[in-house]
Amino acid sequence: MNATTPAIEVAGVSKTYKARGGTTTALNDLSFAVRPQEFVSVLGPSGCGKTTVLKIIAGLVAPTTGTVRIDGKPVAGPLNEIGIVFQTPALMRWRTALENVMLPIEILRLDKSTYEPQAISLLKLVGLSGFEGKYPNELSGGMQQRVSIARALVHDPSILLLDEPFSALDAMTRNQLNVELLRIWSERKKSSLLITHSIPESVFLSDRVVVLSGRPARVLEIVEINLPRPRLPEMRISPAFIDLVDRLGRLIGLEYA
Amino acid sequence: MSSTSLGRAAKVVLSLVVLVLIWEGACRLFHIPTFLLPAPSDVAVRLYEKRELYLSHSWVTFYETTLGFALAVVVGCAAAAMIVVIPSVRDVIMPMLLIAQIVPKVAIAPILLVWFGYGAIPKVLIAFLVSFFPVVVNTAQGLASVERDLLELSQSLKATRMQVFWKFRVPTALPDLFSGMKIAITLAVIGAVIGEFVGGNRGLGYLIIISNQELDTPLAFAAIFLLSLGGIILYALVEIAERIAVPWAGNSDANMEMARLG
Repeated sequence: MNATTPAIEVAGVSKTYKARGGTTTALNDLSFAVRPQEFVSVLGPSGCGKTTVLKIIAGLVAPTTGTVRIDGKPVAGPLNEIGIVFQTPALMRWRTALENVMLPIEILRLDKSTYEPQAISLLKLVGLSGFEGKYPNELSGGMQQRVSIARALVHDPSILLLDEPFSALDAMTRNQLNVELLRIWSERKKSSLLITHSIPESVFLSDRVVVLSGRPARVLEIVEINLPRPRLPEMRISPAFIDLVDRLGRLIGLEYA
Repeated sequence: MSSTSLGRAAKVVLSLVVLVLIWEGACRLFHIPTFLLPAPSDVAVRLYEKRELYLSHSWVTFYETTLGFALAVVVGCAAAAMIVVIPSVRDVIMPMLLIAQIVPKVAIAPILLVWFGYGAIPKVLIAFLVSFFPVVVNTAQGLASVERDLLELSQSLKATRMQVFWKFRVPTALPDLFSGMKIAITLAVIGAVIGEFVGGNRGLGYLIIISNQELDTPLAFAAIFLLSLGGIILYALVEIAERIAVPWAGNSDANMEMARLG
């Protein structure tokens, strides 16, 4: 991988759906990039098509026009370089936490004994040491989402895609998991793309925020978040943080004025 | 077993005992003729006197029921898998299944006897026909109900169709399969008895027909008692199998609470 080649490059991507009486445009000519080991958020109002962006990058949905490149190569389908954390934990109720984390290894037909120590250390990394043998119904919602983060990382992808992973959690758990996600990201240094509609979340986590408009989504602005790292929870009440939240809020709010 | 479920079992047993006592008392108090309504003690005596007769006929009904049920589970799962995995087959199979379900089985029982004779085969087939539909419907619904995010995960990992079926769909469908099986086992008993009513000379259903002709009501009641007992035992066996095969289905709320507190 060349340092100048973006990990993810979205170039002129549009998506239109055929609907009754014509077509609807969900995404309108999006272009942005995620540099290697960078943390980028895609911020937009609910229902603007953010999740579609992620699915196109993941190779699950084809764009109508434009291309996505992963490490410089055009995407034609799902790639092993990508790990995904979904909106719901999407865990298998019949598998323990460890067995859930090992699922990608089984599906990709990789050697289980090689990856099991990796799975165990990932569960430790997400703060679930000692919970390896627990079933999902024995874990809280926040713990379940931690398992799904470990599962997304187990086959050691270079890119992590997160589709509003904390939107179903209460505010306290969400803040706590934001802090932990940063810790995980700083330890594993994946190029990360987070889809979110939470402004503070995007500011707290990201190097840059891609701000989308309402439907049809287009890029309003790409905002640099020049807050120092490591970022600590108390940074949320610093003037610089609040300024950025305010700026992003007005960017999105302007769309509706 | 928790103390509450023990308490519940005690309640069930107690209410049954009370019911039997009232029945016994009423028969003796009002001198009800035995051919109209035998007292439980009369039934118990008859059951003991003719225990070998009952044992052999019970065995016949039991294996007709279980064979028909087993056939329903095997065919039902296969049909459900085809419906879900090969969508184009769905439009062919579903109408046929529906027709097979709507046709009154009592009406086709005599025809099956003409085709397959007076042995066990028509009884097994009727038990099968009566019980397979809930297996198909429940299993198909279960196989199709894999969470959307989980299916997308399978796509993102490029899982093969076989992997999706065995690792995602089958475990998802197991609780539904067992719901279908619990309905099916009770229906299979009914199917076997229908078959025995229509023709043949073996089984508890046959015993009931004979005892009616001879006005031997205690004999009929004893047969009905054995049918009910057998049905309950078979149902309990399916439930035990469910607990072994689907341990994750039970008791999730309590565990969840524990996880929150811990």
